[in-house]
Amino acid sequence: MTSYRIQGATGEWEVVIGLEVHAQVTSNAKLFSGAATAFGAEPNAQVSLVDAAMPGMLPVPNRECIRQAVRTGMAIEAEINRWSRFDRKNYFYADLPQGYQISQLYHPLVGEGSLLVEADEKAGIAQDKVIGIERIHVEQDAGKLMHDQHPTMSYVDLNRSGVALMEIVSKPDMRSPAEAGAYLRKLRAILRYVGSCDGNMEEGSMRADVNVSVRKVGEPFGTRTETKNVNSVRFVMQAIEHEAMRQVDVLEAGGTVVQETRLFDPGTGTTRTMRSKEDAHDYRYFPDPDLLPLVLEDDFLAECRASLPELPDAKRKRYVEVLGLTPYNARELTAEVETFARFETLLAETAKVTGKGDADVATQVANWSLSVAPGVVKALGDEADLANATAAAQASILAMADKGEISGGQAKEIFEIVLKSGRAPDEIAEAEGLKQVSDTGAIEAAVDTIIAANADKVEQYRAGKEALFGFFVGQVMKAMQGKANPGVVNQLLKGKLG
Amino acid sequence: MTDLTSLGVKDIRDGVAKGDFTAREVAEAFNTAVAEAAALNAFIVTTPDHALAAADKVDAARAAGETLGAMAGVPIGMKDLFATNGVQTTAASHILEGFTPRYESTVSQKLWDAGAGMLGKLNLDQFAMGSSNETSYFGNVTSPWKKAGSNAAMSPGGSSGGSSAAVAARIAPAATGTDTGGSIRQPAAFTGICGIKPTYGRCSRWGVVAFASSLDQAGPMARSVEDCAIMLGAMAGFDPKDATSLQMDVPDWEAALNSDLRGKKVGIPREYRMEGTDQAILDSWEQGKAWLKDAGAEIVDVALPHTKYALPAYYIVAPAEASSNLARYDGVRYGLRDLPDGVGLQDMYAATRAAGFGDEVKRRILIGTYVLSAGFYDAYYTQAQKIRALVARDFERAFQECDVILAPTTPTASFPLGSMNEDPLTMYLNDVFAVPASLAGLPAMSVPATLNADGLPLGLQLVGRPFDEQGVLNAGLAIQQRAGFTAKPEKWW
Repeated sequence: MTSYRIQGATGEWEVVIGLEVHAQVTSNAKLFSGAATAFGAEPNAQVSLVDAAMPGMLPVPNRECIRQAVRTGMAIEAEINRWSRFDRKNYFYADLPQGYQISQLYHPLVGEGSLLVEADEKAGIAQDKVIGIERIHVEQDAGKLMHDQHPTMSYVDLNRSGVALMEIVSKPDMRSPAEAGAYLRKLRAILRYVGSCDGNMEEGSMRADVNVSVRKVGEPFGTRTETKNVNSVRFVMQAIEHEAMRQVDVLEAGGTVVQETRLFDPGTGTTRTMRSKEDAHDYRYFPDPDLLPLVLEDDFLAECRASLPELPDAKRKRYVEVLGLTPYNARELTAEVETFARFETLLAETAKVTGKGDADVATQVANWSLSVAPGVVKALGDEADLANATAAAQASILAMADKGEISGGQAKEIFEIVLKSGRAPDEIAEAEGLKQVSDTGAIEAAVDTIIAANADKVEQYRAGKEALFGFFVGQVMKAMQGKANPGVVNQLLKGKLG
Repeated sequence: MTDLTSLGVKDIRDGVAKGDFTAREVAEAFNTAVAEAAALNAFIVTTPDHALAAADKVDAARAAGETLGAMAGVPIGMKDLFATNGVQTTAASHILEGFTPRYESTVSQKLWDAGAGMLGKLNLDQFAMGSSNETSYFGNVTSPWKKAGSNAAMSPGGSSGGSSAAVAARIAPAATGTDTGGSIRQPAAFTGICGIKPTYGRCSRWGVVAFASSLDQAGPMARSVEDCAIMLGAMAGFDPKDATSLQMDVPDWEAALNSDLRGKKVGIPREYRMEGTDQAILDSWEQGKAWLKDAGAEIVDVALPHTKYALPAYYIVAPAEASSNLARYDGVRYGLRDLPDGVGLQDMYAATRAAGFGDEVKRRILIGTYVLSAGFYDAYYTQAQKIRALVARDFERAFQECDVILAPTTPTASFPLGSMNEDPLTMYLNDVFAVPASLAGLPAMSVPATLNADGLPLGLQLVGRPFDEQGVLNAGLAIQQRAGFTAKPEKWW
């Protein structure tokens, strides 16, 4: 796998990418006011006097929002600044009631950290790569303008005004749309593991500003553009691809890339100018005099650290090293919070039911969780009632398979019935005859019958035509109506055929 | 029967408690006095019903044998910078004309909880920006005082000029003020009353229209040190809604008042001996030293070497914060909206602000915007913050040598309205002695000392260590007892 390069008329171009991700902090209340933050409320139903910037109203930091940002910083192994400060970013817009956004320019809460993007051949990432993170700061979100409510007027919804955001700024360390996509997915997973952001990009809980520049390999960084507010992994990748191509075209035509802010159009997958550097605001940042510097005490930091769950990288490592899973399975299972949560519940249940150790059943549970069970669910479509797919039911199926009582095929059939009916797996196995026979006597009788009926083939086999073994297995299984334990059949056949 | 309007906070509270008169009688007397004093233009709106309702509550509580609050039965004036639920709150600006909040500032709520009532909302310099009360959209406040031999309308000082005029004229026994760079102390000095700005953070800023957040502090204005101690006790206290609020208990300042200054050192800052200071002011300062010595204090010289940089630094920091604090007055959600036909958002902003803000407010927004601009920030704002830190350090060092600092409150006595409007800098200089304590966040008080040759009051200023309001009040009391300041303006309104 070679590096991602754009083939221009003048040679190969390298893309340099940095992402600024805005992640809404999971909290019931806004960053500096007690107002609620639920998504989808009626316009202006979640606005306090502070959010509406009424005269004399003051911001008071919400401890939970700070805690979540600190935990996020710890999750990317970043430096946590015990002393940070809020600054005002001043500009006028109707969705910004105070006339300034409270942010952290000079002294952010979280300093440098990093995030590991794993090698993924399929996605075009040749090897593991560490992406640097410059900083995380907390800031307020703005409100929303609604232009479709009235023919000549715009309406303002302040529900989002003052909601806490973490701005997570990467270093310009990514070199392909695939890396940027993988970085975003990994970051999203970490946020969701930590529980500091729900990562819901459709609802705007997470969005990215995409910084892109191009250069000939080995040359200094080119001029970058910033594409604002891109709200899905796919769109981020598209925006990078388009923007990189556009910049190469500009440069190869003898032009220069203008430092500017651009907008992404999801309809066309292209970017266009929003405002150039000349129109850039002078934000007149200065320390917010309504707020004291934020000083973090040892106890608070210790509590934050103690509350961190096992994080994706550590979990993946443990899955491989302790549970003995393949690196692929480990990565798949740890990618999403829901996936590993289901896996770990089923693993614990299966170990309990079988009386075996986690590592002894982990591979079986992983295969079941990643491919067998999803396959059955998918095939059933609407007929499947997922509420029936309890850990207990699935563990019971896995335990029967583990003991050799049912075959892989029977396991699928039983699960199918469980999904449709909610009946107990062992009862299904009994009632539907979905059990394989391990009774040596019955199988031995069938084996003897088949050997006797096929004397010619036995001769040929004994003369060296070993491929015939499969024929005998098939005949025995057929005679047993498919319910014989294949291991027992093999063993007996081998013995009798010599 | 006593003229009830001649009484101060303590006398009214005690008289009501003893049953010498009812709270309602007091409220009625002051309501009448307020109604007759329209010529002073001290009030933007009057609220006689509020005063009466509060009085009736106190009378009923007394009849029921309940414990009465620290301000029970005292009707006061409320500077129109404090949000008052259901009563127009304007900051003396056009842009907030007609704005009626549905919330009550923490300080005013505490006063009502302590049994006070409201006579009305007091006029002030627009957004508390001014030192003469000439920048109000609702017209100048005229001081009750006259210069001997002249009928010229005099300035009551600013920005709490409605407060100082009302208290000096005996149409309110006390009033709230706010002090950003002298706005309690300078008007108190101009009108022969007392006023204290407590340590930054003592009084909640929640619900007070912001001028410069890192400097704004509320405080009481009244005619005696005791009255200030009582009222400050009712106003102060930790407020979780203000992140800069002090998490400290409020001492019982009234109970601990003590004018015996034996063992105390009073610092005299040599840098306050500035050119342009009236000789009468310098004389009263000397007199003040003698009074405090007489009270048992030792007088020591102290150095505040960065004093001369304090005023310029203040006029960078305060406008910078103001330029941002006032951005919310944009015509979008409340207050004035000027929307010429067919224009967009930016034009609406411009038209609204052009019409809604007065000249002085615009001047300070422009200064503040300039000093925060890219390329100028370090030269102005950063430098000013450094000076601010040095000014605070000056005080810290001085307070290793002394317990309280004595200085003049202002370099001059009151001046006629309209006489200082040529150059804003001359006006700004009137706060030269007041601003350093503001930058350092220290408690500071003005007490009346004497009248000058023109028959106008002069004040003396006391500055204390952080949180040592008691030391300031005690030294103030020692001066009050020796100055015997009983002069009051002759009624002409």
